[in-house]
Amino acid sequence: MSTGPTDPNAPRVGVDEWVASHEQRRTRRAGVLGVLERELTRLPHPAFYLAFGIAAAIVPAVTSDGYVIKVGLDTLLYMLLALGLNITVGYAGLLDLGYAAFYGFAAYGYAMLASPKFGLHWDTLAVIPVVVAATVLLGFLVALPSRRLVGDYLAIVTLFFGELFYTVYQNGEHMSLLGFTGSRDVTGGPNGIPNIDQFNIFGARIGELNYKAYFYVALVFFMVLLFAMYLVDRSRTGRAWKSLREDPLAAELMGMPVNRLKLIAFACGAGIAGLAGTVFAAANTAVFATEFDFTSGLLIIVYAMLILGGAGSLGGVILGALVVNVSLEVLRDPGHATWVFYTLIAATLVARMRPWRWLVAVIAGTVGFGFAVHAIVSAVWPRGVHGEAAVGGVLGSGLGHWVVLPSNPMTIGNVAFICLVLAVLVLTLLRGWVQKLAMIPTLYLAVFVWENRLVVEPSVTRLILVGVILIVLMNARPQGLLGTSRVEIV
Amino acid sequence: MNWNLFVTELVAGIAHGSVYALIALGYSMVYGILKLLNFAHGDIYMVGSFIGFGIITVFGGAESLTVSVWVLLFVMFFCAMLGGGLLGVMIERFAYRRLRNAPRIAPLITALGVSFFLENAAQLVLGAQYQSYDSYGWHNGELWVKGFTLPAGVHVGIAQVIVVVGTIVLVVGLTLFVRNTQLGKAMRATSFDREAAAMMGIDVDRVIVATFFIGSALAGAAGVFNGLAYQQVWPYMGFVAGLYAFIAAVVGGIGNLPGAVLGGLLIGLAQSFSIGYISSQFSDAVVFAILIAVMLVRPSGLLGRAAVSKV
Repeated sequence: MSTGPTDPNAPRVGVDEWVASHEQRRTRRAGVLGVLERELTRLPHPAFYLAFGIAAAIVPAVTSDGYVIKVGLDTLLYMLLALGLNITVGYAGLLDLGYAAFYGFAAYGYAMLASPKFGLHWDTLAVIPVVVAATVLLGFLVALPSRRLVGDYLAIVTLFFGELFYTVYQNGEHMSLLGFTGSRDVTGGPNGIPNIDQFNIFGARIGELNYKAYFYVALVFFMVLLFAMYLVDRSRTGRAWKSLREDPLAAELMGMPVNRLKLIAFACGAGIAGLAGTVFAAANTAVFATEFDFTSGLLIIVYAMLILGGAGSLGGVILGALVVNVSLEVLRDPGHATWVFYTLIAATLVARMRPWRWLVAVIAGTVGFGFAVHAIVSAVWPRGVHGEAAVGGVLGSGLGHWVVLPSNPMTIGNVAFICLVLAVLVLTLLRGWVQKLAMIPTLYLAVFVWENRLVVEPSVTRLILVGVILIVLMNARPQGLLGTSRVEIV
Repeated sequence: MNWNLFVTELVAGIAHGSVYALIALGYSMVYGILKLLNFAHGDIYMVGSFIGFGIITVFGGAESLTVSVWVLLFVMFFCAMLGGGLLGVMIERFAYRRLRNAPRIAPLITALGVSFFLENAAQLVLGAQYQSYDSYGWHNGELWVKGFTLPAGVHVGIAQVIVVVGTIVLVVGLTLFVRNTQLGKAMRATSFDREAAAMMGIDVDRVIVATFFIGSALAGAAGVFNGLAYQQVWPYMGFVAGLYAFIAAVVGGIGNLPGAVLGGLLIGLAQSFSIGYISSQFSDAVVFAILIAVMLVRPSGLLGRAAVSKV
């Protein structure tokens, strides 16, 4: 085999979960940080969850900025989605690629039962249970034909189911039962379903004015489900799911009802997505099928959250959703995004480059390289430095003298983007001083591409970055930030 | 019965099915060797299609080609297959190689990430709008005016003939390669049992790289075929096509090359006839129904053998 026992990614033989965590405990830091770390790890997990809940609950109280609350609501909805996906993917190890469809199904379900579309205005206390139950049933039905299949087939069936959901809802404005009934408008087609009712409980409307009410509704749902999942995690079913993930064959031989466990995991995941879908529909007052399509990136973003936080970890769900959604939100604004971009590059360099003199050399080299390139380009091709940096202030004017900014960056930026991708790939192959040397033009190229191309199209850039996060994380740290690394006992 | 519609859909189905079959072959080969669902495979097809489009632009655009159609076709196929193949090898080297011994779910999620990255990078570089090969316009429609007429009065253009004949040539070539050459034998051995093959002295890394190259080159060619017959290319075209091709591979029996071709034709015909006779919106549903039916009746696919898992 190509990878021997020296491969750092390979599971270590003879090290089980307890030994791994004990080793981690022994390699603690000393001093004040060490004491703090030790005390913090002694706290039970629910204490952290509770702290998160309280912190989140304070957010709408300290800010009246509608935008912040909207972002908070979106983050909470993502957390709910990640929590549900964590059951299917994180615990049971079933790759569910139709997950976004359950969310969409429930959002449409709420929209159909509580909007002028069909003249139905049900009470929210009735809609939510009905819709969630229907979503659970749907999850059950999708998993049913694939229960005999190994993981990969399940992935493709669910992926196709997701795509099917999108086509049906996107084209559902002339729907007929195989030509037997007249054509009816069921889903509104590309126009979606607008004017969805607010949550109303016995006639009392909530959330009429802003997102604050939905923020609290989503927070309560999330906290309740989080504690429920904490209990499930240690229950019989939770342990059975994890054993199913580690080795389905062994689990079956131990007498576990594998098929039933798979179905339950699938249905539970779908149910939580359904709950999030109802809140989504009511908060946004309109649903469109395109929001749940693969190309919208919803599914991939939820996966990125789950993987970043660490599949199978509840704290990871919170952390992953928070980090990914806030970063994606920051990327919408070019000025903020630029700051984040440079901070990220600097932080990565500081964290990964050892010894320090290399770090200093690379940064100095990059700065020098930049001025040299800028001087050459402005002498040879004056139009090449006429553009403006996306960010203003000191950083912007500094960059204007350093990075090449052509007045028409479209084509050259695209070529540079492809070169950057290739350069980064080559960089991973190099070692030692050659790598450090190659890093200098690569860094400059990255800045060039960012300033000229990426920052101009934030909506595409976000999605590219989500893809990169998935690839890099899976290769560098598959267990995510808070997950436990995989152990194999031989 | 309306024979004209029937024959039209038949021709369209076979042409579409050929494209699916070519993509499905690459899917199937990679799956056979690595047991990996390479979601990025559909996007290699998209890149191949765009390389073909780029060649048309280089030679003066569809309306005013500076070279003869046959030279153009040759250059397009050469570049698209080479480009697709290299892209596939790069993806294997940088995204999948480190994950060969990781849990099954890790490379799958990586493949999703690669697919998503390629789609959006293509959108950044090439724009989100549809582009057209416009093969009707090449030298006054040489590829479509010429051709022959089938019994029910259906005209078949040279372009469609090229798609079908080209696919047959590639499939026969691949079959001969896998059956007769040393590398082909090594591929079969590796797909049968990777560890045993390594112990027999086969350079597994080289075999995997070759598999990715060949499979991806076929996807690149399929991209050009698709552009020739159906004109439109756009960054997200690979996702749906990859999905259909994967279903074709599964229906035929994954890891089985004749099965992939059979499955591709079946899916192409099913899609085409359901568009013609049932409803264009619900052709997806028909394909899905076929998939479910095949999986329930013959989980190993039409031509596949039941997998025996040893412990």
